[in-house]
Amino acid sequence: MQFSPDNIILLTLGGWGLNATIVNTWIVMALLVGISWLVTRNLRADVPPDRLRTALEVIVKLIQGQIEEVTQNSARHVMYFAGTLFLFIALSNLLLVIPGFSPPTSSLSTTAALALSVLVAVPVFSIASGGLKSYLRTFIKPSVIMLPFNIISEFSRGISLAIRLYGNVMSGAVIAAILLTVAPFFFPVLMDMLGLLTGMIQAYIFAILATVYISSATAEQEPSALQKEPSALNQEPPISPKQPQPPSHNEDKP
Amino acid sequence: MTDLAIIAAISIFTAGFTISIGCIGPSLGEGRAAAAAIAAIAQQPDAAPTLSRTLFVSLAMIESTAIYCFVVAMILIFANPFWDAALKAVAVATG
Repeated sequence: MQFSPDNIILLTLGGWGLNATIVNTWIVMALLVGISWLVTRNLRADVPPDRLRTALEVIVKLIQGQIEEVTQNSARHVMYFAGTLFLFIALSNLLLVIPGFSPPTSSLSTTAALALSVLVAVPVFSIASGGLKSYLRTFIKPSVIMLPFNIISEFSRGISLAIRLYGNVMSGAVIAAILLTVAPFFFPVLMDMLGLLTGMIQAYIFAILATVYISSATAEQEPSALQKEPSALNQEPPISPKQPQPPSHNEDKP
Repeated sequence: MTDLAIIAAISIFTAGFTISIGCIGPSLGEGRAAAAAIAAIAQQPDAAPTLSRTLFVSLAMIESTAIYCFVVAMILIFANPFWDAALKAVAVATG
């Protein structure tokens, strides 16, 4: 049984096999870049928006709204990062409907690369917003005893991101392949439809989890707004991220 | 039973056992989470978008343990390292 597109070697260039994962990733990248370039080619105020541009604007506004609901403020760089993750995973999962195309996300190497980029992005965004010191302080957040657990959780969250996406997409492919031998023509189609739904949900979850990780690492700088009054969450946070935070044990005193 | 047959039997049995045990916990947890979310939506329909988004994310978190079990079962059946080692040993012994 074909387990992952890693094993399908399409072309060998000088002893270096070009497998289907890389080629399918290139196809997805080319589609995303090509459509975006085509739509935003003449993006000027005097040109009226056409259908494609309106569709793209709807997608971007949707991503922006979802991310603003999670992070409670509009951080554009988080939107670029998480939105790109969402669009890539969603498109590669949707291309499942094309016969012969195995989604690049059904290979563990692709999902591990995506999870690694999230793992790198969390400290990068956190340091960019609050400085190195406040990022390192998040590791001893409740107390120093939690230091090893915080480090472990940092890595286990990357592993779980990778394996969750891989397992979901791969399980859809495996179940369809098994059903194809047991009950062909009808049930595999149903399972592929379920696979489309699962693929969209997983793309959403991957992007939302990346946003949650990043925003929880960058929101550590305002503990007073988070812990004292929950209603302050809905307001625009006026606290500058550079502000020195009070020691956490002082907050327990009345 | 030969060694190969023992390895195959234990692998298949363990794969089924992994899935069956590994599905119990996440399914109970997902049921509880969904019930709690539905009760919360019934109490506060205004908060339905936030609740459903949180529900989706937490369901994915809960479900990932079942997915880990599925991946382990798939590895046991289709990419078993002990099976490959045993096949190699048999090939060395006979040829």
